Amino acid sequence: MSDNSPWTADQPIVSIKNVRKSYGEFEVLKGVSFDIMKGDVICIIGPSGSGKSTLIRCINALADIQDGSIKVEGQEVHDAKLDKLALRRKVGMVFQQYNLFPHKTALQNVMMAPLKVLGQQKKDVEMRARALLKKVRLEGKENAYPGELSGGQQQRVAIARSLAMQPDVMLFDEVTAALDPETVKEVLITIKELAADGMTCILVTHEMSFAREVADHIYFTDRGVIVEHGPPSTFFDNAQDPRTKAFLGQIL
Amino acid sequence: MSDIAKFPPRERHSDLAVLLPLSASAPDALGLSRWLASMPGWVLPALTTVLVFWPVYAMAQSTFTTERLLSTLLKWMPLLVTKGFVLNILISFLTMVFGTIAGIFLGLGRVSHSRFVRLVSWLMVQLFRNSPWLVLLFVVMLSLPFEIRIAGTIVPVPDWMKAVFGLSLPVMANIAEIVRGAIRSVPSGQWEAAESLAFSRTQTLWQIILPQCFKRMIPPWMNWYAIMTMATPLVSLLGVTEIITLTRQAMEAEGNHPSLLVPFYGFALIIFFAYCYPIARLTMSLEKRFAVKL
Ligand SMILES: Nc1ncnc2c1ncn2[C@@H]1O[C@H](COP(=O)(O)OP(=O)(O)OP(=O)(O)O)[C@@H](O)[C@H]1O
Ligand SMILES: [Mg+2]
Repeated sequence: MSDNSPWTADQPIVSIKNVRKSYGEFEVLKGVSFDIMKGDVICIIGPSGSGKSTLIRCINALADIQDGSIKVEGQEVHDAKLDKLALRRKVGMVFQQYNLFPHKTALQNVMMAPLKVLGQQKKDVEMRARALLKKVRLEGKENAYPGELSGGQQQRVAIARSLAMQPDVMLFDEVTAALDPETVKEVLITIKELAADGMTCILVTHEMSFAREVADHIYFTDRGVIVEHGPPSTFFDNAQDPRTKAFLGQIL
Repeated sequence: MSDIAKFPPRERHSDLAVLLPLSASAPDALGLSRWLASMPGWVLPALTTVLVFWPVYAMAQSTFTTERLLSTLLKWMPLLVTKGFVLNILISFLTMVFGTIAGIFLGLGRVSHSRFVRLVSWLMVQLFRNSPWLVLLFVVMLSLPFEIRIAGTIVPVPDWMKAVFGLSLPVMANIAEIVRGAIRSVPSGQWEAAESLAFSRTQTLWQIILPQCFKRMIPPWMNWYAIMTMATPLVSLLGVTEIITLTRQAMEAEGNHPSLLVPFYGFALIIFFAYCYPIARLTMSLEKRFAVKL
């Protein structure tokens, strides 16, 4: 556990080893392991209830684990002494239900955490926030409240809000699952651009063509274990495990 | 700490706001205001008319004439209002201030991370919500000293001040439930989003959750103000010279004649009604407005 040498970029930025997690008697994760290098984009796919959300919520300590190890930039997440807030500054997260703060405008949503959590200068934060909203193509929507935005627009504000903390890793939990088919694309384009910029991304998604296009590596989970994984080409065209085949057969 | 205990219990079951009960503004939370506000506008003039015409009826059976009854009431009215009802209002204001501040912290205690704090707050809420108000008033009256020493000077604690503390206790407990209900009505996704942005729990509560609940807390809070204001005559039993005490004294000074009962107590009824009715109407209209917005 105690690995005192500082993390360097040639080591995995997120390293997950034998993670087990239960809710009461029910074991959701039954020994999951994988590594992600800086700048990698990985997609986690799998049937509903297989533990995908649980797994990525463990990475930023929104959920705790019973056994195993999760390291982010060499720092053990599963550690009672862990500074959770320091970890969460490095790991951004975007949710299926956007979860924007409804009493704040788009701009305020993006500015809030850098101002209140990092204590940065308002002038700098505002400049960065406006730039981020522009980057997710929401120029002109700065003063709109979440209730006045479409689902796709809200989700892009949520992405900008998370990026405003300048994280090293981004977690996306089925961020397009609640969207209309037309607005899915605009959110996926935003994520694709983010990946192209070199952001380390862990995505839970049901968008198979998107996963194939953007992912460096695909992990297929079922009932708390990783059944099969590989680069998109092998994974989609040459799946070996019958469960993977069944799942892909259903979805493609 | 297990992450199951992280959020106020109810949200674990649903992320969708529509599936969560709006506890703070549930219909039963506004019982009194709903009832008061449902009265048509003519109730107040009607009550007044009854009060004015009562003497005509009473005259038939007593030595009092209508003019005499009305002039007696008119003579006492300024005193009843300026020395009596004004004190009731003062008591209600101060009670609301103390009760609200204490209630907010007690309500936060109900959703605390610490099991001990949760238990203690729960006990306090149960105790002060379910005890008869008069019992609480008597306990406070008898247990508080009649004067306190602050930095060498002796400050008297008047009876009406003690009454404020006594009334603050049930108000505190009920405000605490309003606060807790409002906090729990915010979807758990808000907590998770804030936490994932590295907000601490305290920051999340004060900067993200409470500002969202503020609006929904106003109608039930005003409802409790009306309930408590109407309960202020209770303190007359403790000898505080508010409107009901003064009314009794005035009738005594006028020879305690039975014909005085209806005009004098009727006046007290009307003045409370006239004060609380607009509050109830406002409460209901705010409730309607916020319900649509949120
Ligand atoms: N807070 C919780 N308490 C108890 N059980 C939970 C909790 N959260 C999740 N579970 C259970 O853990 C299992 C995995 O849930 P999880 O949300 O990780 O699945 P998922 O793969 O993300 O599914 P989906 O595709 O539907 O989002 C499910 O059976 C779920 O019922
Ligand atoms: Mg999920």
